[in-house]
Amino acid sequence: MKDILQVLENRRAEARLGGGEKRVDAQHAKGKLTARERIDLLLDEDSFEEFDMFVAHRCTDFGMEKNRPYSDGVVTGWGTINGRMVYVFSQDFTVLGGSVSATHAQKICKIMDMAMQNGAPVIGLNDSGGARIQEGVDSLAGYGEVFQRNIMASGVVPQISVIMGPCAGGAVYSPAMTDFIFMVKDSSYMFVTGPDVVKTVTNEVVSAEELGGATTHTRKSSVADCAFENDVEALAEVRRLVDFLPLNNREKPPVRPFFDEPGRVEASLDTLVPENANTPYDMKELIHKVADEGDFYEIQAEFAKNIITGFIRLEGQTVGVVANQPMVLAGCLDIDSARKAARFVRFCDAFEIPILTFIDVPGFLPGTGQEVGGVIKHGAKLLFAYGEATVPKVTVITRKAYGGAYVVMSSKHLRGDFNYAWPTAEIAVMGAKGATEIIHRADLGDAEKIAAHTASYEDRFANPFVAAERGFIDEVIQPHSTRRRVSRAFAALRGKKRQNPWKKHDNIPL
Amino acid sequence: MFKKILIANRGEIACRVIKTARAMGIKTVAVYSDADKNALHVEMADEAVHIGPPQANQSYIVIDKIMDAIRQTGAEAVHPGYGFLSENPKFAEALEKEGVAFIGPPKKAIEAMGDKITSKKIAQEAGVSTVPGYMGLIEDAEEAVKISNDIGYPVMIKASAGGGGKGMRIAWNDDEAREGFQSSKNEAASSFGDDRIFIEKFVTQPRHIEIQVLADSHGNCLYLNERECSIQRRNQKVVEEAPSPFLDEATRKAMGEQSCALAQAVGYTSAGTVEFIVDGDKNFYFLEMNTRLQVEHPVTELITGIDLVEQMIRVANGEELALKQSDIGINGWAIENRLYAEDPYRGFLPSIGRLTRYRPPTEGPMGDGIVRNDTGVFEGGEISMYYDPMIAKLCTWGKDRATAIETMRNALDSFEVEGIGHNLPFVAAVMDHPKFISGDMTTAFIEEEYPGGFDGVTLGEEGQRRVAAAAAAMNRVAEIRRARISGTLDNHERHVGDNWNVALQDADFDVTIAADHDGATVRFADGAEHRITGDWTPGDQLAWMQVDGAPLVMKVGKISGGFRIRTRGADMKVHVRTPRQAELARLMPVKEAPDTSKMLLCPMPGLLVKVNVAEGDEVQEGQALCTVEAMKMENILRAERRGVVSKVNAGPGDSLAVDDVILEFE
Repeated sequence: MKDILQVLENRRAEARLGGGEKRVDAQHAKGKLTARERIDLLLDEDSFEEFDMFVAHRCTDFGMEKNRPYSDGVVTGWGTINGRMVYVFSQDFTVLGGSVSATHAQKICKIMDMAMQNGAPVIGLNDSGGARIQEGVDSLAGYGEVFQRNIMASGVVPQISVIMGPCAGGAVYSPAMTDFIFMVKDSSYMFVTGPDVVKTVTNEVVSAEELGGATTHTRKSSVADCAFENDVEALAEVRRLVDFLPLNNREKPPVRPFFDEPGRVEASLDTLVPENANTPYDMKELIHKVADEGDFYEIQAEFAKNIITGFIRLEGQTVGVVANQPMVLAGCLDIDSARKAARFVRFCDAFEIPILTFIDVPGFLPGTGQEVGGVIKHGAKLLFAYGEATVPKVTVITRKAYGGAYVVMSSKHLRGDFNYAWPTAEIAVMGAKGATEIIHRADLGDAEKIAAHTASYEDRFANPFVAAERGFIDEVIQPHSTRRRVSRAFAALRGKKRQNPWKKHDNIPL
Repeated sequence: MFKKILIANRGEIACRVIKTARAMGIKTVAVYSDADKNALHVEMADEAVHIGPPQANQSYIVIDKIMDAIRQTGAEAVHPGYGFLSENPKFAEALEKEGVAFIGPPKKAIEAMGDKITSKKIAQEAGVSTVPGYMGLIEDAEEAVKISNDIGYPVMIKASAGGGGKGMRIAWNDDEAREGFQSSKNEAASSFGDDRIFIEKFVTQPRHIEIQVLADSHGNCLYLNERECSIQRRNQKVVEEAPSPFLDEATRKAMGEQSCALAQAVGYTSAGTVEFIVDGDKNFYFLEMNTRLQVEHPVTELITGIDLVEQMIRVANGEELALKQSDIGINGWAIENRLYAEDPYRGFLPSIGRLTRYRPPTEGPMGDGIVRNDTGVFEGGEISMYYDPMIAKLCTWGKDRATAIETMRNALDSFEVEGIGHNLPFVAAVMDHPKFISGDMTTAFIEEEYPGGFDGVTLGEEGQRRVAAAAAAMNRVAEIRRARISGTLDNHERHVGDNWNVALQDADFDVTIAADHDGATVRFADGAEHRITGDWTPGDQLAWMQVDGAPLVMKVGKISGGFRIRTRGADMKVHVRTPRQAELARLMPVKEAPDTSKMLLCPMPGLLVKVNVAEGDEVQEGQALCTVEAMKMENILRAERRGVVSKVNAGPGDSLAVDDVILEFE
């Protein structure tokens, strides 16, 4: 009997060796951890329950039948993050380069199915050379099965991808359809076609890092949401992100004990907006000062910095924040910022995360680049996302809210629940100067008259009260009381129930 | 008594004067420039008068504008603070004409002490010890050499009108004397429009010690002991204390009596300061007299219990001093640290901007000492580019020097300033410096002890262990809170373990935590134990912990997998990990931060409008390299040091992000 038990232990030991000591050392030499080490860091200590440890591939071509390692290049199972269940797959680059075979894909599909059934997030740790060429179309079919599950799981359970090595070719499309993509700096890259193919086809010489490294994807392409220094930091930050997310779309976002007075007064916010309307200020200060314990988890921090997106907690509960950033491009909306914020708003809405919007927006960025790039449809994405969202929506206008951008940014007209403005707010169709030049076109030659018109326009319209008179603003609030007012607003919205009309799905301008 | 006084100043000193005036039942008038519309002194005063644009030469030092404000408000007296108009005889004269009292010395005394050569002559005549030197006009370099030889090397060659180190040279031999004379003369001519030069003995192991005097218009003059201000950076005082750890009673008395003799010789009234340089043998020599309230006056107030501003107001009102010399004692010890908006990690470059966080320690008792903080700023306020970058004067008092220093350490550690660069870590480092602790310092302290600048403190092992133990205990609290999130699997909650690894600076400790109701005992691998108590909860940016009963005050920030902790001048990333996490973290590659010292990085997002240099160009320190337009403002980026441009990475019209590399140097 003991011998039989020992057989299991022996087999387990063999499986845990992955691709063997040499390959593990090579993995470490590249600054990367192994699949199982990563799981150790991702999950609570001793919480990992593995599935399919003994799965091996069934390929008999090209001599593959002689090399059938346990686990087949991916470690799968479930465990907990701070006691909450998550499903995880972790590709093992030391085993056949982490390449995706039919059985490898089956293992991933199994835990995705269970995650859907049991309502828990799926976290994929990607480190794979790509399709297992020897398996040919079976491998492609495997990708397809995973893709289909990514699609079905979208909006049902949160899906997080961490790119911790290569992720190339068709393989990129699984992470691409998940909710968040994290990358590890210097050791991960993602692209549809790699540098060699690029060179052959277009003669362009480019490094893997430039083509699809963490910097490229967080700053330029916006494919990735965050980049981290190394595996340890990336996985610690996944844990931190999961603490903000609900387990599935039927649950409320998590709540945890908090040590911060919801009524905390921040006198310094009274001087946040500078005297001069053209002077920028850092909107992140407002976010930090409103958030519980100043804790802000920023998403896409390096991309389209004219809008800020991320998660905070108020009274211990997750809130998604969208805010214009006057420090960059005066906080205007453009193609990139609209796309970035729209995707974030839709994530929040899908997972019942209330949305807090801070507004200081002078309008849409003008220019041929924008128009030719399709700012009409891209801008509409954000408008659409806010308008369809049924989660609690609380808004604070700190300074400018001009024109169409005012309407787009979670306005009362898009079913905003609480729309607050600071006394410094200017809610108007446009800035005073522009408006005057249109309304008083006849006086354009007369600088004095125009100045007078501008002053009177400012006097009349550069304030929150015209909008407040109409009920477009529910209340003008003191900046120092923002945390209290916003916390109370969300508290009042805890029972909010709102449904859009039945439809198969909407047709957001993609 | 005056019913209303005007304070012709701004910032902390204006606030300081208002406090005393208010306590005396006197109404106050503040003046303010455009940049100070929302300043604290304006808020504190009963009335405020706007006096013009931000530049001091168009507002705070324009006599007419101050006179207008006086007329407008009916103020009966003016306190000038320090700087600005405080030592301007024309201002004193203008007030006299108007029949308004000047809360300061008579015009004649200001004038007499305003010139270095004249004041030295008067001092000599009054029997004050002066540095051996030649006071007459020096014709040429050869005469300078001869005089230098008469005095004996080393000598100091100084501009008569000089100040702040300008036009000052030290010569150790004839050649240096010749060269120094010429360059001082040139510099003096260009800086002050006055090329008169004098030569004096250069004092070795010099300490800067000054005597506070207080005189009334009835012929009484007191000395209120000394202040030691030897810790200076480029002639700017940073740390001051009273009394001096160096003086003995006899020297103090001699310095005090000579100071009073000088004050009386010029008919001085009000508070004034006689500055001396003291050598290693306690020989003291007169430097100059400051005819105003000094920045560092609080340390004198703390050891004498005398409110100098109150005394100044009373003297200006014609009252006779109620105190006698025999009433003046030394009670305990006081230290002042000047907090400047200067980034110690970047060569003390001034840093301006919004104070996103400003939480000074609470004034009053702290531990065995007392904290006093003279400040003119507030959280959400602005440190402007137009004025002195002083944030606050933090003072502590203790029954002895050690207590005052220890109180200062905790006060500094609990002083929260964010949003701008500041010298808190630097002064904290000075408070822990063995030379400072021993009291054995000279005016060359900073130059000698921090020759390459300041790059933060590496704690000693005991200090690291204390921080590690506290961080482990704090991390445990944070981890337990994390595990208390909603939605956990019943009966399968996360168990937070007792074994941790703490990595900070160059150290790494395995610890075991045993927690109970009152705190935690942290046991190190070698068996040593630290008992940690404190009421820190996650999110608190200030942790007042007790380690084995002794306070450990830390500023706490968040980083991935641990804390950013600032204490005792150290700024560290403290990682608290499970043994498994620590084991895997050790496998992570150490990434060298790119060497940016040979690059010009874009400091802000903006549009590159102009590049002034090309590849291969040699550039000088301070030379304009390119212009970046951001938010309609043109920002000129200048060379931080000499170098040759090796690569130009961006051209006009390029849109740049923060830290984009514009130029590279060889």
